[in-house]
Amino acid sequence: MAPPPAIRFDRTGQVFSARSGRVEALRDVSFEVAQHEFLAVLGPSGCGKSTLLRMIAGLLAPTSGSVEVYGRPVTGPREDIGIVFQKPTLLPWATVEENVTFPRRHKTGRVSRADRTRAQELLEMTGLEGFGKRLPDELSGGMQQRVGIARALLMDPEILLMDEPFSALDALTREVMGFDLLKMFADRPKTVVFITHSVTEAALLADRVLVMTGRPGTVQTEIAVPLGRDRGPETLKELAVNDLASHLRDLLIGKRAA
Amino acid sequence: MTSPRICATSSSASGQPEMAQESWPAPAVTPFRDALAAALRRAGQIPGLATLLTLAGTVAFWEVAVRLFAVPSYLLPAPSAILGTFGVIGWDRWATHIAATLRVALMGFGLSILIAIPLAVLMMRVQILSRTLYPLLVVIQSTPVVAIAPIIIVVLGAGDAPRIVITTLITFFPLVVATATGLAATPPELIELSRSLRAPGFREMTQIRLPFAVPYIFSALKISITLAVIGAVVAEFCAAEAGVGYFIQVSTSLFKLPQAWGGLLVLAAMSLALFQTVILVQRLLFPWSLPKSR
Ligand SMILES: Nc1ncnc2c1ncn2[C@@H]1O[C@H](COP(=O)(O)OP(=O)(O)OP(=O)(O)O)[C@@H](O)[C@H]1O
Ligand SMILES: [Mg+2]
Repeated sequence: MAPPPAIRFDRTGQVFSARSGRVEALRDVSFEVAQHEFLAVLGPSGCGKSTLLRMIAGLLAPTSGSVEVYGRPVTGPREDIGIVFQKPTLLPWATVEENVTFPRRHKTGRVSRADRTRAQELLEMTGLEGFGKRLPDELSGGMQQRVGIARALLMDPEILLMDEPFSALDALTREVMGFDLLKMFADRPKTVVFITHSVTEAALLADRVLVMTGRPGTVQTEIAVPLGRDRGPETLKELAVNDLASHLRDLLIGKRAA
Repeated sequence: MTSPRICATSSSASGQPEMAQESWPAPAVTPFRDALAAALRRAGQIPGLATLLTLAGTVAFWEVAVRLFAVPSYLLPAPSAILGTFGVIGWDRWATHIAATLRVALMGFGLSILIAIPLAVLMMRVQILSRTLYPLLVVIQSTPVVAIAPIIIVVLGAGDAPRIVITTLITFFPLVVATATGLAATPPELIELSRSLRAPGFREMTQIRLPFAVPYIFSALKISITLAVIGAVVAEFCAAEAGVGYFIQVSTSLFKLPQAWGGLLVLAAMSLALFQTVILVQRLLFPWSLPKSR
């Protein structure tokens, strides 16, 4: 028997009952993410992408259908999942290094030497060496976002959930950080769910792209990206990327006009 | 934390406002007015100079006006007469009064912190408590402390205890409200991070919520410390055998108005010093919580 997929949604729905009434965020969502696959999720604003992530993270239970991680239904937060938020949301009073080791300090109350070494490695990997003693305020937005990524990687999670991690950055920084991320995963493979609004980013980074429709969010299509994992700035010039990006754009715009 | 983004957008569009400023028609100014304006601008950069000048001007005007119109001292004593009382009344007497008021104000303030912050934490953790306690707090707050003060003194008897309780009553409401607001103003992402780590609940409080509430707590502390002086004085007006408020009351009843004004001056100086101390503590212990002055 084949091993279960890392993540599996099966006719999953999410209905919020807010004071102003019921909001159906997701309906009948089914998809799978294989072990060490990089899945990009693309969809109009408010279609339930963040909700999707929160359900994988075990922060929110589905109201119908099921969410499984490694073949088991998600019943609560799991420790082998790391989250990168849209905003870096660092602790303003803690140094960069303390922010990166924060998950350990928060979980166990103390930080071991091994954690500190790991944090140092992560800072190097994210291009932040020498900034460990700075406060978040002294860093640029892109650097703060890197700290957020390093923080999510501290516990070496199997699954990494990224909610529009680069949306606050300029286009150039964004590309560079995307490729850095891929380089990182080449050394330490991870299952990644990456939410984005950028069709180019989805085409450049992902193994597969999940395109969603607007409220209530449903899966419109899944598209495999016809590129190997070895990608860099020159990948941008490849026709396949541009074709896929414009195809994705058509899908998104077409559905919105309909 | 969003400041870098703001920086990025403003720098990309920075050309425009500057251009607009340059194309503004330059007003015709004489060299003298130019120099005066420059001097004023430079003077404005010396911290506290404007305040000091305004204060000196007011005092001088006060002195001249009182002397010129021969205002009787029970209506309004001249600044020189007020200052004169500091020579008449010995420093040891002042020290006794100041110590008494300071003791009550600080103990009431301290007690208020000890009650308000745990209470806010409790209200954060237990929803029902928040819903039932808030209206009660509002009722306590909207009851004039001056009106309950005599009752408290009758109930708690002599000594510092009733005065401390009165001071606590007057200072703790802003602290509870600000702390509760601060605890709730934590970025939701960090709370989700805490939950996703399955960290114990008390660490969410100590490592995330409480530190995030620090700027809120300090703005309330600045209000509360001045209220603490008011509380101590109100208590001394009701019953006391020492204290600056007591001194003012006795001086007034003896018609020694310059002395009463002297007491007032001491109270103002005390409030100001305490206020500055709170700011200093924040600057020393929590420099990151200060508003960015850039
Ligand atoms: N806690 C909640 N209570 C009520 N409604 C909610 C809640 N969280 C999300 N929603 C609703 O669910 C829908 C999907 O929200 P979600 O944040 O997942 O969208 P999104 O795809 O991430 O949007 P964006 O791209 O703008 O970030 C929205 O209509 C939102 O109003
Ligand atoms: Mg979202």
